[in-house]
Parts: sequence; C-alpha cells; structure tokens
Amino acid sequence: MSTTVLETQTALDQALQASTAPRHKSSVEVTDYNNRQTVGKITVDNPKMVCRDVDVFYGAKQAIKKVGLDIGANEVIAFIGPSGCGKSTFLRCLNRMNDTIASCRVTGQIMLDNEDIYAKEIDVVQLRARVGMVFQKPNPFPKSIYENIAYGPRIHGMVNTKAELDELVHDSLERAGLIKEVEKRMQEPGTSLSGGQQQRLCIARAIAVNPEVILMDEPCSALDPIATAKIEELIDELRENYTIVIVTHSMQQAARVSQRTAYFHLGDLIEIGDTDQIFTNPRHKLTEDYITGRFG
Amino acid sequence: MQFFLLLALILLSAVAYYLGRKRALTVAGGQIRNLHSLPSFYGSYTALWCGLPALAVLALWAALQPDILTNLVVADLPTELRDLPPDQLNLVVNNLKNLVSGHFVSSTTDPAMQAAAERYQNLRLIGNAALWVVALSIAMGGIAYAWRRIAPTLRARNSVESVVTIFLIASSTVAIFTTIGIILSVVFESLLFFRQVPVSEFLFGLQWSPQTALRADQIGSSGAFGAVPLFGGTLLISGIAMLVAVPIGLMSALYLSEYATPKFRAFAKPALEILAGIPTVVYGFFAALTVAPLIREIGTALGLHVASESALAAGLVMGIMIIPFVSSLSDDVINAVPQSMRDGSYALGATKSETITRVLLPAALPGIVGSILLAVSRAIGETMIVVMAAGLSANLTANPLEAVTTVTVQIVTLLTGDQEFDSPKTLAAFALGLVLFVVTLILNIIALRVVRKYREQYE
Repeated sequence: MSTTVLETQTALDQALQASTAPRHKSSVEVTDYNNRQTVGKITVDNPKMVCRDVDVFYGAKQAIKKVGLDIGANEVIAFIGPSGCGKSTFLRCLNRMNDTIASCRVTGQIMLDNEDIYAKEIDVVQLRARVGMVFQKPNPFPKSIYENIAYGPRIHGMVNTKAELDELVHDSLERAGLIKEVEKRMQEPGTSLSGGQQQRLCIARAIAVNPEVILMDEPCSALDPIATAKIEELIDELRENYTIVIVTHSMQQAARVSQRTAYFHLGDLIEIGDTDQIFTNPRHKLTEDYITGRFG
Repeated sequence: MQFFLLLALILLSAVAYYLGRKRALTVAGGQIRNLHSLPSFYGSYTALWCGLPALAVLALWAALQPDILTNLVVADLPTELRDLPPDQLNLVVNNLKNLVSGHFVSSTTDPAMQAAAERYQNLRLIGNAALWVVALSIAMGGIAYAWRRIAPTLRARNSVESVVTIFLIASSTVAIFTTIGIILSVVFESLLFFRQVPVSEFLFGLQWSPQTALRADQIGSSGAFGAVPLFGGTLLISGIAMLVAVPIGLMSALYLSEYATPKFRAFAKPALEILAGIPTVVYGFFAALTVAPLIREIGTALGLHVASESALAAGLVMGIMIIPFVSSLSDDVINAVPQSMRDGSYALGATKSETITRVLLPAALPGIVGSILLAVSRAIGETMIVVMAAGLSANLTANPLEAVTTVTVQIVTLLTGDQEFDSPKTLAAFALGLVLFVVTLILNIIALRVVRKYREQYE
C-alpha cells in the first residue's frame, strides 16, 4: 500500500517537473536538487542568515522540501506564494518557533552569523531575542501599553533602572512610529488600541529587545490600507538597523518593501531573486503564473 | 384509569400527526413546495391541537376532582355530621376517604358513612367516565379543527414553533421558581426564628448551644443561639481546605495545560475530575478513619494535643476533594488564553516559566479567581466530611487541632430526629441556612462577575 503511494508521489513529482520545467536562460543561476531546481541566485555577498537543505515535516507530511537561501544583512526579503506553500512554516524555522509544535521536525542547516541555530549548544531563548517575530494577527499582551514594551527588556535583564526602562520603552515606540499616538496613554491596555496601532505596538515590542533579524508573518493581513501603508513605511525605516524577513500575500506589498523576493510553491523554493526582476521578469513559469494572477 | 387515558391521548396524537401530514400533502397536491411549511409541521400542528386541549382538561380534572367529589359527598351527609366543627369534619372526611380506598378505618363504620363512601365511589366512576368522553371528544375535535384549517397557506411552522417556545420558557422557569420557593420558605421560617431569638444575638453571639428545655426543670439546656462559633468553624475548615486545594489545583492545572504531553493530559484530566465524582461520604470515611488518626498520632509524637476529631483532618480531606474544581476550571481558563499570547511571548525570547508567570497567569487570573471562588462556595457548603471528621462541638477557636463544627453540620443535627417545628432549635436551622445561602450567593455573584470580566480581556 505504502509503496503504491510512494510510487504515485514520485510519478507526480516527475510530471510536475516535466510540466513546470524552468525556461532556461543561459545567464540564470540554477541550484539543482534531486528532483527540482531553484531558479535564481540563492546566495548574497554579506549573509546574515544562511539556510541550506532545510526540510520541515509535520508528522509524516513534508511541508518544506530542501530549501536553501541566504538572507542578507540589512535587507528586506519577501516570501511569497499561494496559501499552504510553506512560506510561514519556513519563516517560523528561522527563530525556531516551530519548536512549540510537537509534531514538527526540522532538518538541514540554518545559520545565523555562521552559527547553526539548531545546534545543541544554542539556547532557543537567546536565539529568539536575536531573531524577533511579528505575527499575522496583532497579539498585544492583555497588559498596559507600557508593560507590553517593557516585557522583553525585563525578562532579558536589559535595563537596571526604571529610568532606563522608561527611555527604552519610549525609544522603541518612537522607532515604531507609535509614540505620538500613545504618549499620553501608556497605562491603558494594549488591546484598547486600533488594529494598526496594535500591530505597530507588536513591532515596537519586538524592537525593544534589540533583535538583529525581525520576522514578519503577513503583518498587514488584518489591517486596513492606511494602517498597512504606515507599517510598510516603518519596515522601510527599520531596514537601516535590522534584517527583515516578511511573508506576504500581497504582491504589491512585496514589491514595495522588499529588495529580494523568494517564491514558494508546495514546499519548494521555486525562484529567488531581486524583487524588481521577479516582478518584471520572472524566469520560472510557476512564478509568472502566480504574479500575473493566473494561479493562487 | 387516568394513566390509560393519557396513553390513549398520546396514541391519538400520534395518529393525528400522520393524519395532518397526509392531509397537508393532499391539499398541496403532493408538491411539498406548494406548502408554507414542511409536511411534518402540519403533522405536529394537528397533533398539538389533538393533545394539548385534552391534556389541559385532564390536568384540570386531576387537580380538582378530589375537592369536587368531597364537597358533593359532604353536602349529602346527615346534618349531625355536616354541622361538626371544621377540624372534626376533616377527620370524618379522612375516614371517608380511607373507607373508599379500603384502608383501615379508625372508628366503627356507621351506615351513614358507608352510604357516603359508596356515593363517593359512584361519583368517582361517573366522573372518570365523563372525563374519558370529554377528553377524547376534545381530542377528536382538535383533530377535526386542525384538519379543516390545513391549507397550503397555513403557517403551521410558526404555530408549532411558538408552542415549542412556550414549552422552553416554561422549562427554564421551573428551576427559577423552585429557587424562589426555597428562598421564600427559608426566609419565612427564619423570620419565625428571629421573632424568638434577636438577630443581633444570632449573628454576634459567641455561644452556640441549641438545646432548649422541653420541661421547666430540665438541666443543661441553655438554649444559646450565637452563630459565631459555627461560622468560625466553617471559615477555619474552608480556609484549611483552600490552603490545600488552591496551590495543588493551580500547579496541576499549569502542568496539565502547559507541560504535559497531550497523551498524559488526556489521561490525567478525566482522572482528576473523577475525584469530584467520589461521594463526599466516602471522603468522610477517609477523613475520619485514616487522616484524623494519622494527624493525631503525628501530633502526639510531636507532643501536641490533638483532638481525635480535628478541623485539620476535615480541612485536609475537603481540600483534596475540591482540587478538581480548581485544577479543572483553571486548566480550562489557562488553555483558553490564545496561543498567540504564548507565541508573542516566546518570540520575544521568554522562557516557558516567564511566559506562564508573566503572560498566561495574569491573562487567566480572573478565570482562576472565579474557579477558586466556586471552590470556596463548595467548601463552605460541604457537610458530610465535617460531620464525620470534625465533630459537633461548637468551639470558637483558631486552632486547627481542635474539634470544631460548621454551619452545615449544625443544620443537619438540628433537623435530624423528631423535632417540634416551632421550637427555636428547629427554626435556627433555617436561619443558619439563610445566612449560608446569602454568603454563598454573594461568592457566586462575585465569581460570575469576575469570570464575565475575564471574557473581555483579550479581544
């Protein structure tokens, strides 16, 4: 029974490969894997994170298949692709948030500044302080605005005095562009803010622990266009100091905020390259179908 | 007799259902789409018209029959019997009824009584026959009426649904009215008690000794009704119980919701909840036969004086008993904290314990408080364990090693055995019950308030 399924799977893969074979251009760099290829250059000159041969399994189901890519320092890289393509799963591997899911297993290599983050000696708590995350739905703690920001610095012992903490909170809110709106209401619950403000509060909360990389999982999908514009502006400003990985369903958003874009499809990394090139001149048929709206 | 009538009505209603359904299909020409409602609603409509009025008549008859028959028979009694004073007449009527049902009769039967009894029986037979006829014809009439009204435009669904709504309303008010009835009866009995014993003495008196003298020369019947020692004892035992239940319950809730594997949780949670299903009498055995002697031995070994029935033993076992209340409810509220809160905390580099103490517990706190308050009301109302393990002596003490008694235990002892129902001793039970009710009511209201507030927390 299981052999049959396997055989069918292989046959399917081969069929997929045949039908969706990249339209080669001699100048295009292609990384070969067993039965598929990633089109485009996966490496960068000054990588912050380096991922190679990453496989992710949920139980027996494989959600990510041999994905390899670099994330450059101080760049914004966007992951796009149809729902269920594994882009969020891959994002969550980058700060080991998948550890909280019991059935999830990650293999391969993910390096942060040349350290394997899945190595035994890595403390996941410290890793997450360096690789922060902003979620799809704003999730402020049911605490005051001030306490929401102060939470991270407190648990990491980043400040010694109340004055330092006040300054850090103020600074983080300022960098998240929220300070003017909340200056007078620091003690009100974070949940009393509007959706867009809540999301910026979550970004401020992530910034407060001074991470090196910020992962954003569809940060604007629950927001209206005005709040979205504010967050996109913020992402652009944050790029100066942080490396940002953003998963998005909005191709316009990817085009607006990112320098590089990676297209995922059914757990495969199909194509990666400069954002301009991906959106103006996609080299893989699947990428082209997706960004022109024929698929997904 | 009336049971068979009921059965007949139910059968008839079932027939009415099919008749109505068939009729609806006929008038619709076999096309369900032509009907306003589905055919089954027309069936129910007919069945309700058949059953409800007839049942109402039946109920009315069952309620009124004895009075009507008695009055008719009494009116025909010989004058010397009829003109007796009311309480004696009552006795005669009772005799009559016993005679009718063929029971033992207290006085020798005289012919007048015999005749009256026969008349009663005759009347009852006639009445029942009439009831059959009336009820069945009302049922038939109902079917005929519904049958004639059935048309494609008849809004059968709306009619049936409004009847169903009335049933639902009636069911939901049963519990409410029962509660109101209980409260009123307790309040009135308490008022009787407070007429004999001042409220201030009851609420603030330090002496509890409810033995009132039956004879003037009786010794040792002081009749003191100060409830403070009882409430003190209740407080002491509940306090000990909460000291046991809250930490253990919370810890197990945390373990179950945050640390345990799903497999272990699936086993451990129902197992914990079984604790809540053990009859309290069994806990009582355990407290009286195992825990109390154990505590006594330990105390004696340490050179302390421990009463053989101690507040500590009762409180400990009661605490074990209410662990599931705290753990199960707290586990639920901790689980109800959205996963996004945990993710948010972990993504900032928080450890599991930081996440629990700084995010989950504060977010779940109102719910946890609610669960604790529910457990407190349970502890205060608990009786059996205390009866068996803590004793009956109303000591006003804060020493958990002494025997104390609680409000509920005193209510039980006051109301068991043969009592006059107008003596302060008996009435005191109602006053105690009233105060207890008010206390647990207040706790429950606070708990509900807190729980409701909790719902608004993170959205």
